[in-house]
Amino acid sequence: MQLFPFHGGLKTVRHKTESNQQAIRCAALPQQLHVPLRQHVGAIAKPLVQPGDPVLKGQIIGQPDGYVSAAIHAPTSGIVTAVDKRPVPHPSGMTDWCVSIEVDGQERWIERRPVDYQHLHPSDLRNAVRSAGVVGLGGAVFPSAVKMNLSGHCERLEHLIINGAECEPWMTCDDRLMRERASGIVAGIHILAHLLVPREVLIGIEDDKPEAIAAMVAACAGTGYEVCPVPTRYPSGGVKQLTKLLTNKEAPVDGRSTDIGVQCFNVATAYTIHRAIDYGEPVISRIVTITGHVKQPNNLEVLLGASFAELIAECGGYQDGVQRLIMGGPLMGFALHDDQVPVTKATNCILAAGPEELTPEQPVMPCIRCGACMDVCPADLLPQQLYWHARAKEFDKAQAYHLFSCIECGCCSYVCPSRIPLVQYYRYAKNEIWAQEKEKQRAELARQRHQARLERLEREKQEREAKLRQKAPARAEASVEKSAPTASVTNANATPLTAESPTETVVRNA
Amino acid sequence: MFVAAIALGLLAGASGLLLGFAAVRFKVEGDPIVEKIDALLPQTQCGQCGFAGCRPYAEAIAAGEADINQCPPGGENGVVALAELLGRDPKPLNPENGTEKPKMLAVIDEQNCIGCTLCIQACPVDAILGAAKHMHTVIAKECTGCELCLPPCPVDCIQMQPVTPSISTWKWTYPVAEVKTQSAAAEAAV
Repeated sequence: MQLFPFHGGLKTVRHKTESNQQAIRCAALPQQLHVPLRQHVGAIAKPLVQPGDPVLKGQIIGQPDGYVSAAIHAPTSGIVTAVDKRPVPHPSGMTDWCVSIEVDGQERWIERRPVDYQHLHPSDLRNAVRSAGVVGLGGAVFPSAVKMNLSGHCERLEHLIINGAECEPWMTCDDRLMRERASGIVAGIHILAHLLVPREVLIGIEDDKPEAIAAMVAACAGTGYEVCPVPTRYPSGGVKQLTKLLTNKEAPVDGRSTDIGVQCFNVATAYTIHRAIDYGEPVISRIVTITGHVKQPNNLEVLLGASFAELIAECGGYQDGVQRLIMGGPLMGFALHDDQVPVTKATNCILAAGPEELTPEQPVMPCIRCGACMDVCPADLLPQQLYWHARAKEFDKAQAYHLFSCIECGCCSYVCPSRIPLVQYYRYAKNEIWAQEKEKQRAELARQRHQARLERLEREKQEREAKLRQKAPARAEASVEKSAPTASVTNANATPLTAESPTETVVRNA
Repeated sequence: MFVAAIALGLLAGASGLLLGFAAVRFKVEGDPIVEKIDALLPQTQCGQCGFAGCRPYAEAIAAGEADINQCPPGGENGVVALAELLGRDPKPLNPENGTEKPKMLAVIDEQNCIGCTLCIQACPVDAILGAAKHMHTVIAKECTGCELCLPPCPVDCIQMQPVTPSISTWKWTYPVAEVKTQSAAAEAAV
């Protein structure tokens, strides 16, 4: 099939063979799990359990809060010991809400109900995916049920892209998954294709994974799904890059991929959709590559909430000279403050980086305007201009250069001869712009509420005055009536209606 | 001579009509500069500037009755933004109006609240919920941190607390690695 190369990109060192030689192994059952309630993009899940509650494997413990949110389930059976803030894998090193479970070791499941998706209404199928807590497992962790709803974006999906590119160095979890569980992935694609009814299904895999390609080709035989080997070039696994590569389509700057009739899911996401629908098993584990400076790099199937330190111990422990622990790949991942943090749905790789894996810390030199960053930028941006404006805190100008089209792939920082931490500047600028936007919304809300209050006070004042005015003539009338009681009595006897006539005049006067 | 006078008179009359029509047809409601100034103010409605809220202060600035450095919640950045809008030179905040503080949130000690409703009446954005002889509470999402509820409280049960940073409000910081200057490079070489 014809491919359409994207602009820029990098040939990086691969480091795949360290971890992709052995089969996926199930990690040992830990004693304690700390399951974060925020493992996805969107609102944090609402806890449904309290300390002391017994939970079963697969039981829902966190309810999605809002449309863009995901459910959280107990990864194994046990007793909830706490619902509190604990360290989570995050670049800030801060704490977040977690449900701690003491594992009883019995692995008692809840009742699993497979769903017959062929005879299900699309919204019910989406709900089934949503309540199974399925999110994008490529690392972006966006709730999949939201992506499975096309309404309002395109009439019909042209291309369903299944992302098995796995372009980051060191990472091999999708490679092993495709080699060993290709039929499960294809079963997941069946469900996605049933719901989205795409014109064609394309499975993009980088050509440095011949075994995975062979396994997927074999599993796809007779289904009409096309396995497309793509050249090994970072970041071919980026959604926009893979879309361009396979279809030559590019989403508009302010649009989504569905606007051009494309939707993309990771292979691991397709696999979890298959487990959720065909077996009734929610997302309670994922495959994690543990590699770098560990004694036996490997891919482990890990329960969510298991501690990083235990997984590293299971891989033989650290080798000497580990300088930094990274979650994700070396280009897009982030350094962790501690290894006592739990695995989440976003944990695709744990990289214990030694001196060879890290670029040596060199002093940052001034930008020499060489343009190397522009040549490698896969989003077709001008990283140098973005850098100048982000550095000078000229955020509106950075936005004019399409700062928000930056996918933070790290190619520019990688090639920069002056070692400028370019991506850090872009992240900083994006965060500041978001914060300013939030602040503006708050100010607008305060303005409206203040305005509403002033209007209310004014209204209440007028009502009070009107009441007073109404009362004053009534009192005056009453005093007149007291002074001439006989007249009013005769009047009332003659025509009862006249009793109301004074008030009528008062109203008219008012 | 006579013709010229009539021609000019007619021209003047026509222009007058046109201008009169334009003045009615394209009339600008309110002063747009007030809106622009108001949009730059933080809408805390705290009154530290000496006016009864952000909009009166914006009107006073537009009328030249107030200076641009009287808004502590807006901070130095706010002064710079106002200076840019009005084409003036930025200046430091006037200490008479108060100092720039981190964002705070009013919190009612619900154990001690006697339900007097005085703070509810003081809140400029109706962010306090409660009724007479019932416990009051602050709607955190809507509190602007103006501190106007503090003085009326007869039992001093309201406290200002700094907004605690959380994982959802965390931001990537400005890269700390300093660009190596020539003098520093020379020093390193020595």
